[in-house]
Amino acid sequence: MRPGDGVFPQTTTMIATQQVSFTFAGGQPLHFPDIHCDTGAHWLLLGQSGSGKTTLLHLLAGLRMPQAGNIIVNGTTINQLPLGELDRFRGRHIGVIFQQAHFLRALTVGENVAMARQLAGLPPDPARVTELLQRLNVGHKAVAYPQALSVGEQQRVAIARALVCEPSVILADEPTSALDDDNTAQVVSLLRAQAQAANATLLVVTHDNRLKSVFDQQIQL
Amino acid sequence: MNLLRLSWKNLTFKPLSMSLSIILFALGVGLVSLLFLLEDQLEKNFEKNLASIDLVVGAKGSPLQLILSSMYHVDAPTGNVSLGEVRPFLNPKHPLIKQAIPLSMGDNHRGYRIVGTTPDILDLYGATVAEGRTWGRDLEVTIGAEVAQKLGLRLGDTFSSSHGFLEDENLTHDHSAFRVVGILASSGTVLDQLLLTTLQTYWNVHEHEASPAADTSATPETAHDDQDHAHDGHDHDHAHDDQADAPLPDAAAMKAALLAEADERAITSVLLTFKGRNFQALNMQRGINENTDLQAATPAIEINRLYALMNTGEVALRILAVVIILVSALSIFISLFSSLRERQYELALMRVMGAGPGRLFALILTEGVLLAAMGCALGLLLSHAGMHLLGGAMQAAYRYPFSGWVLLPKELYLIPAALALGFLAAVWPAVQAARTDISETLLR
Repeated sequence: MRPGDGVFPQTTTMIATQQVSFTFAGGQPLHFPDIHCDTGAHWLLLGQSGSGKTTLLHLLAGLRMPQAGNIIVNGTTINQLPLGELDRFRGRHIGVIFQQAHFLRALTVGENVAMARQLAGLPPDPARVTELLQRLNVGHKAVAYPQALSVGEQQRVAIARALVCEPSVILADEPTSALDDDNTAQVVSLLRAQAQAANATLLVVTHDNRLKSVFDQQIQL
Repeated sequence: MNLLRLSWKNLTFKPLSMSLSIILFALGVGLVSLLFLLEDQLEKNFEKNLASIDLVVGAKGSPLQLILSSMYHVDAPTGNVSLGEVRPFLNPKHPLIKQAIPLSMGDNHRGYRIVGTTPDILDLYGATVAEGRTWGRDLEVTIGAEVAQKLGLRLGDTFSSSHGFLEDENLTHDHSAFRVVGILASSGTVLDQLLLTTLQTYWNVHEHEASPAADTSATPETAHDDQDHAHDGHDHDHAHDDQADAPLPDAAAMKAALLAEADERAITSVLLTFKGRNFQALNMQRGINENTDLQAATPAIEINRLYALMNTGEVALRILAVVIILVSALSIFISLFSSLRERQYELALMRVMGAGPGRLFALILTEGVLLAAMGCALGLLLSHAGMHLLGGAMQAAYRYPFSGWVLLPKELYLIPAALALGFLAAVWPAVQAARTDISETLLR
């Protein structure tokens, strides 16, 4: 059974791209294949280093603007949004997890997760923060500072932070490349479970072959 | 967690860098505020004691010294003059002079100056007697409110004077027992810190001993043997008993008695007020300075000269303060800018989480203004605490009141100025923060 199928029988398009291309200054233009992800679906975006997969993820998250084409997330053409509105849209609808988890170093783990809600303009929800951290097995680290956490713990906090705003899309950029096998398995299963619980569309960009067997919907760049 | 708290957390995350910026800023603001306080209180003290005195006549020397010693009681007198020389000014029938107050000084009681004068000096300063009465006979003193409070003197208390202006046990006039007959109400003027007695007391105290007192006299007391005669039987041993029987003389009677004294009697200076500021009155100063062995000085002119002298130092300190403030603004700028480099990823992350460029701009700006606000608050606190300590030391040295616990309106202008400076120092870092290219930063 494909993830998302059956559980949520009504399928609608969550992420769609149309003829997106991007050119780095002085570089060759990158043309990306059109993507079509249904609500609640879990996708793996595979590609070699330099294939532009991180660039595509940044484009999908609205962190960069494409030179051509459109990116539609949850019905909104995000490349047409003004800058400030794009930030708000991203904060509200898209959770992003990076290869290396970064945090606001002056804030505790709990405050970092809570901050995501505040920056997205959502009312504070301490109960949800606590619950998410507990579900990701880092509940006991809520009052610690992120620097004091192991890499695996940091990545799990990053997942909590990406989920705290109840986003409709979760984009993960090489979330497991810094983790060992045990942590990779744990992080991926937690990520998928949480995405599923929130009915969020999950798109993982990776070159990590350990993930190939877990995701059955894959895009090759 | 609002923006202000996040700014605060970011600042306290780098406590050393924060402290440096705050302390530098506090030094600059504190120095400016301290200068304001000093200037204001010095001027207030000077102006309160101008007391509409138009001219001070005394021995030749520095006019500023004459003013400082006779009106502010801070410097040593320029010397003594003989009663004969100043007698014309003391004449109540003088056509130009409204009031003439003779002063004799040179002794102190535990650091507070004893001044021989006539009771109409109280009118000059607008002082009133709170307890007891004014001095009328030899060795009677009426003391200023501060003297009474600081030395714990009460009506009827007796004490010995010391020679000179500093507290010195070795120079005590042992046999002269002053008696407190009155305490003045606090007038906020120099009278608060003086012990007032008769001029005759001065002469008697100094005649009875071969103390160095005579050295300061412009006219050395030559006729020691004649003194008793000149004094018309006011021999020290009997003075008290004789006077106690007589009715208490008023100021006019004391003035009249003074005019009857011998020419050789030494006094220190005379404070004059004019009936009107006409040409003749204004010419009187030049007349005295050119035609007599006396010196006449105008308080307003000398005090303005003093301000001009102080102003040079003040301007230098002000420039220093401004330089410190500018350096501290630079330190805020640098610390924000360098923290920006370290926090690029954080700022990009905040953008990813939904914070618009305006939010980042506001965050960095808040940090700058917060630093300036804390620096300003600390600076004001430092300057007032400093003024309190400095004022205490200055009060001990000069007896003038200085307080650290007054807030001047001028100082309030420092607050918006400091905040504006913090704002300016933070603007460029804040613009840089707002311009953070999320994708580029995250790819690093």
